[in-house]
Amino acid sequence: MIMSPISLAFKNCKKEKRPALLTYTVAGDHTKKKSLEILNSISSHVDICEIGFPHNTPIADGGQIQTSSYRAIKNGIKMKDVFQIVKKFKKNINAKPVILMGYYNMIYQYGENKFLKKCKQTGVNGLIVVDLPWPDNKIFAKKCKNNLVSFIQLLSPTTSQARMEKIIKDSHEMIYLISMLSTTGGKLKVSPKTILKNYNKVKKINKSKNLVIGFGITSKNISSFKTADGCVVGSEICKKISQSIEKRQNPVTNVSNMVKNLKKKIS
Amino acid sequence: MIKIKKGKPLIDQHDKNGFWGGKFGGNFIPETLKKPIEDLTILFEKLRRDKNFIKERDYYFKNWVGAPTPFIKLENLTKHLGGAQIWAKVVSEANGGAHKIYNATVHCLITKRAGKKYIVGDTGAGYAGKMLSMAAKKFGLKCKIFMGVKDIKRQKPNCDAMRKNGAEIVPVYSGSQTLVDAVSECMRYWVSNCDTTAMCVGSTVGPNIFVKICGWSTAQISRELKNQIKFVFKTIPKKIKLINCVGGGSSAYGFWSEFIDYSPDRISLIGVEAGGPSKSKLHAAPLSRGAKLGILHGAASYVCQNNEGQINETESISAGLDYPGVSPMHCFLKDTKRAKYTFATDEEALSAYKLVTKFENLNPSLEPCHAFAEAIKIAPRLSKDTIIIVNSCGDAQKDRDILKQRLGR
Repeated sequence: MIMSPISLAFKNCKKEKRPALLTYTVAGDHTKKKSLEILNSISSHVDICEIGFPHNTPIADGGQIQTSSYRAIKNGIKMKDVFQIVKKFKKNINAKPVILMGYYNMIYQYGENKFLKKCKQTGVNGLIVVDLPWPDNKIFAKKCKNNLVSFIQLLSPTTSQARMEKIIKDSHEMIYLISMLSTTGGKLKVSPKTILKNYNKVKKINKSKNLVIGFGITSKNISSFKTADGCVVGSEICKKISQSIEKRQNPVTNVSNMVKNLKKKIS
Repeated sequence: MIKIKKGKPLIDQHDKNGFWGGKFGGNFIPETLKKPIEDLTILFEKLRRDKNFIKERDYYFKNWVGAPTPFIKLENLTKHLGGAQIWAKVVSEANGGAHKIYNATVHCLITKRAGKKYIVGDTGAGYAGKMLSMAAKKFGLKCKIFMGVKDIKRQKPNCDAMRKNGAEIVPVYSGSQTLVDAVSECMRYWVSNCDTTAMCVGSTVGPNIFVKICGWSTAQISRELKNQIKFVFKTIPKKIKLINCVGGGSSAYGFWSEFIDYSPDRISLIGVEAGGPSKSKLHAAPLSRGAKLGILHGAASYVCQNNEGQINETESISAGLDYPGVSPMHCFLKDTKRAKYTFATDEEALSAYKLVTKFENLNPSLEPCHAFAEAIKIAPRLSKDTIIIVNSCGDAQKDRDILKQRLGR
């Protein structure tokens, strides 16, 4: 069996004995062109790129990602542009696996089947749908798999052991562990030790799944999570873009430097 | 073809995934909220079967909220319009001045049973927030209210009341700065604090359990009304029209719930949405102006949105109706044709306010004025034995600034 690009990315990181670095940026933030430039510039330092398709009523995003999303929507980003950005990015020789992340209404309005077909065509490797929890996502997750798109299940500190076992059983090659009770980008209010304890609990159920930790991870604390399969940094990057715009600096160089630094901290 | 079942409350007519008619409602929520929502569901199902809890609820409804609220004939308005009889269920006489007190009281009672000390809620017109702050104070809970900045400005009297009750108002600056953003922000806050804090959704919207709790609470209105109708007319008359404004739809559901099993010919249900300013393209009328099915705040319903799925800005003179979505139960009532939905414009609501206050000793807020606008429109063409009942579900005191500006008084 051929390994999926996502699995391959994790395998390579394991060889290097480090966690995978996953970044989250919003497609179209702050312009279509710039967001593609950012992806191209960080690509050689990251292992997997999460790309947000923005929604104007996000119920699980903190301030930084909201700001990025509203900015992108204000600049006229449409789903067709999101796919266009992915397609162009994937032409880069250094391109990494792409995971699209967003809210279900956008997929629903686009049409599930049409959306997945477009994912397949443009080279999307995975999908995170914030507001489509298990078991409601079972049918859609299967559809994803049939289209060679990995559906990434989420686990949270509130997820019970029994529920975790069932979700993991239905999961594909990668699982996303929410670090704490928070929206994205909250201040890390629990210790890395507690988070890793929860992480190990999940790994114990099935150690073959690639488990990434996200929410509240920044350059300040990322080195505490070196034992994880992967770490996701999102809000800190979105914040960097906001700051760059404010200071009239180039967000591409600023974000690129930040990501380089993140990589160094976990290598 | 989806159908309503008889002899079973509408709040319980959803499938195991939480959908009414197989497609309205559900639980489109982040994983983190799965557990707190499951806990709340189990607790609520237990409490609604607990005689002591029902006794407690009825005690506070009677002695604190003030049940039953009056049911009166609007003699002068009836005479003026010269057609159907117009009656009002004056729910605005409830403690606090609107129907939002029922849901707020029940949520606080549940929160106490859950052993939580904090409660958060959203508000548009400020009534849901005001009532939650009142109930929280009454039951010794700490309270935070999320409110759009635009609404804070236009509904000042209710904000003053919330602060007086010791609640903290959290201003919401994102998006259109109205109810839709307040609900989002409130949900986000709950995602981060669900271990210590309870959330009260202010209407029959949101994840399945919130639709149910709110509907179960406001159903008090129609339980009272049914008794009052029987008392006044000695029977249930042959031609009744129950007219109610619809934003999220909590007062309308509460006003109708006991009458849904009757045939539409005998008791017709008319929901009136906010049509917005007559010259504006924006409105808050997803049911009557053909919005598509979409997902908003954890539930599938008809939603004002663009082709991409971004939620549209809404516009209405009435903050309480200024919401792009609507209760999944109303979507179900629409598709089964049990209820009819229409809209009234800002201007029609204002004229209705003028007419009602000219003829009657009643001061309905801009929300029920949308319902009165419809009553005024249809009454002259109807026979004298037709009984129109309008749910006057809010008091206009909160609207005094807008009314002064628009009507000069």
